[in-house]
Amino acid sequence: MLLKLTGGTVYDPAHGIDGQVMDIYVRDGRIVDRPREGERIDQEYDLTGKVVMAGAIDMHTHIGGGKVNIARTLLPEDHRGDPVDHTELTRAGCGHVAPSTLTTGYRYAEMGYTAGFEPAVLPLNARQAHLEMGDTPIIDKGGYVMLGNDDLFLRMLAAQKDQNAINDYVAWIIHATQAMGIKVVNAGGISAFKFNQRMLDLDEKNAYYQVTPRQVLKTLARAVYELGVPHPLHVHGNNLGVPGNVETTLNTIAGVEGYPLHLTHIQFHSYGTEGDRKFSSGAARIAEAINRNKHVSADVGQILFGQTVTASGDNMSQFRNAGHAHPDKWICMDIECDAGCGVVPFKYKDQNFVNALQWAIGLEIFLLVEDPWRIFLTTDHPNGAPFTSYPHLIRLLMDKTFRNEIFSRIHPDAQKMSTLASIDREYSLYEIAIMTRAGAARLVGLHDRGHLGVGAAADITVYTDDPDREKMFAKPDYVFKDGELVVRNGKVVKVTWGATHAVKPEFDRGIEKEIAKYFDTYHTVKMDHVKVTEQHIAEDGRNHVIVQACKGRRERTA
Amino acid sequence: MDDFAQASAVENVTCPFCGLLCDDLTVERDTAGALRVGKNGCSRSITFFERGTPPLLPRLGGEDASLQDAIAGAAEFLRRAHHPLIAGLGTEVQGMRAVTSLADKLGATIDHMHSKGFMRNLLVVQNSGWLTTTLTEVRNRVDLLVIIGTDVVSLLPRFFERVVWNRDSLFGQDTAQREIVYLGGQNIDTTAGIAPDGRKPEVLPCEPERLPEVAAALRALVAGKKLAATEIAGIATTALEKLAERLKTARYSVFTWSARAMDFPHAELTVQNITETIKILNQTTRSSGLPLGGNDGDVSINQVSAWISGYPVRTSYGSGHPEYDPYHFSTDRLIDRGEADVLVWISTFDPGRIPPATNLPTIVLGHPGMKFDQEPDIFIPVGVPGMDHRGVLFRMDGVVALPIDRLRSSTLPSLGEVLAAIEQAL
Ligand code: SF4
Ligand SMILES: [Zn+2]
Repeated sequence: MLLKLTGGTVYDPAHGIDGQVMDIYVRDGRIVDRPREGERIDQEYDLTGKVVMAGAIDMHTHIGGGKVNIARTLLPEDHRGDPVDHTELTRAGCGHVAPSTLTTGYRYAEMGYTAGFEPAVLPLNARQAHLEMGDTPIIDKGGYVMLGNDDLFLRMLAAQKDQNAINDYVAWIIHATQAMGIKVVNAGGISAFKFNQRMLDLDEKNAYYQVTPRQVLKTLARAVYELGVPHPLHVHGNNLGVPGNVETTLNTIAGVEGYPLHLTHIQFHSYGTEGDRKFSSGAARIAEAINRNKHVSADVGQILFGQTVTASGDNMSQFRNAGHAHPDKWICMDIECDAGCGVVPFKYKDQNFVNALQWAIGLEIFLLVEDPWRIFLTTDHPNGAPFTSYPHLIRLLMDKTFRNEIFSRIHPDAQKMSTLASIDREYSLYEIAIMTRAGAARLVGLHDRGHLGVGAAADITVYTDDPDREKMFAKPDYVFKDGELVVRNGKVVKVTWGATHAVKPEFDRGIEKEIAKYFDTYHTVKMDHVKVTEQHIAEDGRNHVIVQACKGRRERTA
Repeated sequence: MDDFAQASAVENVTCPFCGLLCDDLTVERDTAGALRVGKNGCSRSITFFERGTPPLLPRLGGEDASLQDAIAGAAEFLRRAHHPLIAGLGTEVQGMRAVTSLADKLGATIDHMHSKGFMRNLLVVQNSGWLTTTLTEVRNRVDLLVIIGTDVVSLLPRFFERVVWNRDSLFGQDTAQREIVYLGGQNIDTTAGIAPDGRKPEVLPCEPERLPEVAAALRALVAGKKLAATEIAGIATTALEKLAERLKTARYSVFTWSARAMDFPHAELTVQNITETIKILNQTTRSSGLPLGGNDGDVSINQVSAWISGYPVRTSYGSGHPEYDPYHFSTDRLIDRGEADVLVWISTFDPGRIPPATNLPTIVLGHPGMKFDQEPDIFIPVGVPGMDHRGVLFRMDGVVALPIDRLRSSTLPSLGEVLAAIEQAL
């Protein structure tokens, strides 16, 4: 099967292509150079005047696993506002803040996205995360598995175990949960909450293990690096949402001694304490730190006004913020001496000073970070806003007039506390293609996605160039997934099932003896039953695991 | 690949027969395929694993029929139906995925056999939320366990062995010193709560239907209010005051209850008094809920339903999209009011869970050992998940999902296979 996509204007930053008119050939789901001698073109799409990019990749979106399903169960009233009927082709479900898995897949594809990564897979809940992702159609999936609050890791750290032993455990967890990377959420803090600590700053000790978040972060960042896992340690910082947490974030950046670090939903961690209300923007300082520290990347976690639900592993913070729940109901959970979760529905209001400033802080960060390869477009779905608001967010970045118009309507005191209106930058299509495609693929470690070079998977999105960027990005003309046309004019025309990406760093399997004994003695499941295998993932008859390469285990660095 | 014709002893088997999902059983198989629980069983697992399953044909109108004919017959009933009800739902994750697919196609309503109890908890979740914990946390942290209106063990036989009287724990606790309080209920067997050193649990009994008063009183006391009454439903107020004090000084108390056992009107308000008590306690110390459940796949099927549709069960696909109504879409109500016109009843774990008496055309997909008072129009025996085929189950806490394995050769199709075939035949 050979496709020809003819005459589109191509944005492919991985190859430095910035709006060049060219043809793309696709054979059996992969991009090829040109047809073979005498090879027939089975289908041709005339893309003259259209914008062509690789399929978009959401590198941080809560689409599957325990807390997402709790959010769904918690909010029937929200689903009722967005019922989704079944059609000849697609199944019924619901949308808005915590959509059903089926609707999630359809809607991502209909926005031109072809992959999404669940950033908070708990080791003991990984099977559920993969089950849900397996029921998410069309797009590719993957997850970052959470460490740093699990008893075994903290115990190893407290016992000052050799870094190599830690690396083996980290690698074992990645294998056992079919993950793409490691995430740490409120390092040591979720565990500390179980010992009734209510805050944990970077250099504060967990009451039981006597280790600090700084130690957790450094050790895990180093483990990820030494294992050759392409995705840097994915960090949800300590003190989420706390005024003044900009200091914690800056210290976190400085605290990992140059190991690669990805700071997630950094907007929620960029707050100062200036002004009458003791709440101010730390965006400029954060952006400056990112600009200066080349080993650091971040996604924004932009908030947008309206109803949403916050779903997080950070039950320490969620419990602290539960008083703001809207509607007034919330769930917190301690989980398996391994992790936690907290789900708090929330409504961001443009006439609320704090919310309005949060909105501005997120945009300031987007616009002040200079390198689009190291800043990523997220709303931390659904924590800042549901993913379906991405086209609106893209317009905010690309259209200064539109942005300033909204800015002029938010809470006036928030306007006074923000420099947003003085920032002239508008993102270009090329830069959007970097942050949502080429950069995201590179960051996650998807070697054959996010670009349109020969050999890449043919995940391709075609848009009509429209000065209204929201309209443009909401409704692509065509979306191809692995070379198959899955969306036409913003509607699903074919349902495929995508695949699950994982990495398999090398490690010494001898570690299993210790882990097995630990599970036998203290847990309520056997080590072997924790493991999610490739066969388990394929068991639904349509999903499978794609293994992305690690660059190879590095020798100990110090 | 296992050779199921060989006799063998399978270790570390995961038991699918209650919400604890113990995964440490040894199950022996003889050459005839009969199973015997060796190590780590309980009376319930022995009954369920060792129950013989005679090779059994489907039945159409009470007569033996081929699987093909039974599937065609079921499809015919369902094609003609306007409001099919798929209930029982005693199945695991993969079976439930097939249920939701068929329900979507048919515009059916789905409900579970244990929803009556499950909904009491769910109404609280959807009204005010809660704070809960999971089994491994309990095993390693609980210092005060308050058991409300249930003996726990008739639902979850190995509960105390697995998570209360475990010898080793992670944080230096002397687990034998754990305090157990049975609050409410009458004539409850509290022997499982006796500590390894013979120390007896505290028992504060009351008539089951007076539990609402007791739960409300405890909440008030924990909130710092004074009660004028000297006793609540036969329990001395001073005893409740003492309990409230202990809860405040405990480091990690856990409340557990069986919503199924709270069989009185508006029991959800009693659940809510418990969960709000927990919220108050967490202002100064740690405390968590551990609602009991997980039997017959109730936790599993609600999880699947929630991710597939956004809603737990008592959901109807009748209008083309899922609609959820915890009152209107109950099995009893739909049958009593004649709103359903075909009943599909599913119970793959327990042959004792037969469909409610009804005049509706009834299709049963279930355990081959099922015995009916009223022969259904169609009966298709299906395999038992975790014995005859693989599957996935969620534990009572809704967090840990474990694979359940095939243990013997079987000619029975899985529920998922039968449902997919019915969907095909529509
Ligand atoms: S307690 Fe439950 S899960 Fe454990 S062996 Fe008995 S029936 Fe099976
Ligand atoms: Zn997140």
